[in-house]
Amino acid sequence: MKQSILLDGPKFQITIQRLCRQLIENHGDFSNTVIIGIQPRGTFLARCIVKELEKMLGTSILSGDLDITFYRDDFRRKGNDGPILANSTNINFIVEGKKVILMDDVLWTGRTIRSAMDAIQAFGRAERIELLVLVDRRFSRQIPIQPDYIGIQVDSIDSQKVIVNWQESDNQDSIILVTEKK
Amino acid sequence: MSSTAEQLSTRHLLGIKDLNESDIQLILNTASNFKEVLNRPIKKVPSLRDITIANVFFENSTRTRLSFELAEKRLSADIVNFAASSSSVSKGETLIDTVNNILAMKVDMIVMRHPYAGAGVFLSKHVNAQIVNAGDGAHEHPTQALLDSFSIRERFGDVAGRKVAIIGDITHSRVALSNILCLQKQGAEVMVCGPTTLIPKYITSLGVKVEHDLMKALNWCDVANMLRIQLERQDIAYFPSLREYSMLYGLNKTLLDSLDKEITIMHPGPINRGVEITSDVADSAHSIILDQVENGVAVRMAVLYLLAGQRG
Repeated sequence: MKQSILLDGPKFQITIQRLCRQLIENHGDFSNTVIIGIQPRGTFLARCIVKELEKMLGTSILSGDLDITFYRDDFRRKGNDGPILANSTNINFIVEGKKVILMDDVLWTGRTIRSAMDAIQAFGRAERIELLVLVDRRFSRQIPIQPDYIGIQVDSIDSQKVIVNWQESDNQDSIILVTEKK
Repeated sequence: MSSTAEQLSTRHLLGIKDLNESDIQLILNTASNFKEVLNRPIKKVPSLRDITIANVFFENSTRTRLSFELAEKRLSADIVNFAASSSSVSKGETLIDTVNNILAMKVDMIVMRHPYAGAGVFLSKHVNAQIVNAGDGAHEHPTQALLDSFSIRERFGDVAGRKVAIIGDITHSRVALSNILCLQKQGAEVMVCGPTTLIPKYITSLGVKVEHDLMKALNWCDVANMLRIQLERQDIAYFPSLREYSMLYGLNKTLLDSLDKEITIMHPGPINRGVEITSDVADSAHSIILDQVENGVAVRMAVLYLLAGQRG
């Protein structure tokens, strides 16, 4: 197994800060915008960005976690492991008329995001939905979904894995490309 | 992407007897997720949109049937309802034939209530569909026991170590047996209380305490689960009169106030007000009867979701 680091240290922080600046450019003071992290790994990114934005703007930003398990199109198609278990959803507000920014760590096939767009409708009709991802695995989409904000773009093949580590859970901020040796 | 996948150890839900402790935890944890879904403006998820479920009821039901039907609809399953009273069963069709005819119309799961104990087990051996037992005679009513445990967990944080008294007609109650098994598997202590005639002779072999004095039972327990007198299953008289039963085993406000602690009151419904429980108790803050009904939908969604997940 070969691991190569795609991003870590100060560069990781710069990327996060750039994403925040881009968000402020489009959403101003976030008075009508909410941030939704997709469970499980997107919630770390969302928390990280919310923290940074609140520091920059000096106001609090409405945010929540969304679990998409019940909206997946591959429920029951994962072999014999049984159904996929859900994580918690914590959204204590209605998104009706608000701008929603969905956040996930890695965008790969696009199917998770499709499920998330389905799931978020249960909380009202958003004025607009945008997508922010830390890693965009290019040329691997199975449905036509593209992000509005991208941390880094990666060209990878299907057998490779992209893993994002967070200070909060893994003691470091880094993005790693894992290649299984044959 | 979610990565954890776990599954139930059984393909059907025929009784609590077939479940192990981790099955029960899996169902209750999944039910918490569905309870959150039920509090959204749009209470529906598409998980079971390719599944067809038949609700086959050979016995009357209000709560369980509505609850299953809502759970199925909230999961986007297609459903067909079948009540024995208005069907060809009255023309002499057998259970297997009836169900096989339903299955021939491409139905994936059967939710069945039947007046005979073991009907679900019998069916599961003879037809090719997943069976969910919604009550079989005086045997088991697994989803009721699961939602009772879910409600206790919600109230106390944990079922383990709780003292639960099941009070009333134990002999004719499927809720009692399922609850005893379900609570014990999670580490709770269980006591049954009622007149000698309504407590099965060998119930102690299940490891439950037996008490005939209501006051003693109430003083012992954290939770009192009051059961209805099942007159429809009683072919002989088990006690002199309903009035006498009510005086000895009916729960009222005076009794509750005389305890030196607060206990939680549960009832699987339907309530016979003034018999096993008075209105001022049933409607008091001690009572979680309506929470039980609310939780019923979430728990049944969890059961259907987890069983459907086992299909290839």
